[in-house]
Amino acid sequence: MKTVIIKYNAGNVQSVMYALDRIGASYLYTDDEAEIRSADKVIFPGVGEASTTMSYLRSVGLDKVIPSLKQPVFGTCIGMQLMCRFSEENNTECMGIFDVDVKRFPATPGMKVPHMGWNNISNYKTPLTDGLPDNAYMYFVHSYAAPVCAYTVASCDYALPFSAMLHKDNFYAAQFHCEISGNAGQQILENFLKI
Amino acid sequence: MLTKRIIPCLDVKDGRTVKGVNFVNLRDAGDAVELGAMYAAQGADELVYLDITATVDGRSTFIDLVRRVAHTINIPFTVGGGISSIADVSALLHAGADKVSINSAAVRNPDLINELSLEFGSQCIVVAIDTRFVPTENGHEHIVHTHGGRKPTEIRSIPWAKEVEDRGAGEILLTSMDTDGTKNGFALELTATISGNANIPVIASGGAGNMEHFYDVFTAGKADAGLAASIFHFREIDIPDLKEYLKNKDLPIRMTR
Repeated sequence: MKTVIIKYNAGNVQSVMYALDRIGASYLYTDDEAEIRSADKVIFPGVGEASTTMSYLRSVGLDKVIPSLKQPVFGTCIGMQLMCRFSEENNTECMGIFDVDVKRFPATPGMKVPHMGWNNISNYKTPLTDGLPDNAYMYFVHSYAAPVCAYTVASCDYALPFSAMLHKDNFYAAQFHCEISGNAGQQILENFLKI
Repeated sequence: MLTKRIIPCLDVKDGRTVKGVNFVNLRDAGDAVELGAMYAAQGADELVYLDITATVDGRSTFIDLVRRVAHTINIPFTVGGGISSIADVSALLHAGADKVSINSAAVRNPDLINELSLEFGSQCIVVAIDTRFVPTENGHEHIVHTHGGRKPTEIRSIPWAKEVEDRGAGEILLTSMDTDGTKNGFALELTATISGNANIPVIASGGAGNMEHFYDVFTAGKADAGLAASIFHFREIDIPDLKEYLKNKDLPIRMTR
């Protein structure tokens, strides 16, 4: 099986590679369109700011490549947000795979932003959570989130309910960092590679 | 619900942990990777590795250690100690650290906080504040200290905490030098003031001696996370017991077993 991690100007990709090493999965880290298109599985991870990462994707044409992929694609954190329609983070037009807008957490007394730390996800409707206990804890770090919508397949609560995971056709996404979310996060990565 | 985090801190010198000798189950208690992996397996929510090596050779050993930790453990970890430039941070994040903690360098050059958060994102920039309550011209005040808490500065800790947030820090690691090592509990009032003012998470450190101290710092102290070193290393408190205790007192805690 050929797994590709998409190379772009986002941080924290190293942790994803290490996580795949831990589960014994091999991968290619590349931004080459032909390599991406020929992969069995594509992972689109990253930490970053929406407008900077999105303009980089445009400059190298990945903004057209990613939505046209046919194999299972898994976006995490900023990867997930860039797969949505629009982000309030510097008013960024994103790739529009998921027809939902990413919004900043509203200022709420006692709720710090970023939402940072371990929070539980619930209402699973995706094979990616197979084998997980109810209310599994995942590690989140983000200031913007997609509200609960038609594509939500797992939700989380912080100040208000939001999408912890999205799914549409061959596109899967998670707001949290599976790569550092303990055994539960590892299970999600393994499940994605098994689809 | 977002949980309160329990964070063991490992001091590392020349790639080995300095404290942490009381673990009979470990082949090598000085092995910082093995010790971290054990804490992760026990349910630690995050780890902090502090490099207390001063030499250049020690620095490259530490980066190698960071790489091995990142490869082995599957929870987030922060690294700190002697970080003073964008290049230092880049090397550590590239090696796989999730966050970096800066202290003396931020005091020396506060613009560094802005530069680092712009370059790498606020989420991975932790500013460590070592503070001590000392006599000043205004009576007694909480004053920032550097160099492992030995060197006083002119900076007041409470406004400094706000300033580091405004400059782009993503988290504050607050260590009270007054309570550190006493095992009499965290500095609750100061932690509550700083955490209550902050819109970023505050990790409380210094003074943990028993399980109740963690309960206190998460309630009266308003802390988002509690950090300790020797009480975990010497097994005075076991992390699974601590998390069970806090859970039973109705705090939001991530249970792993």
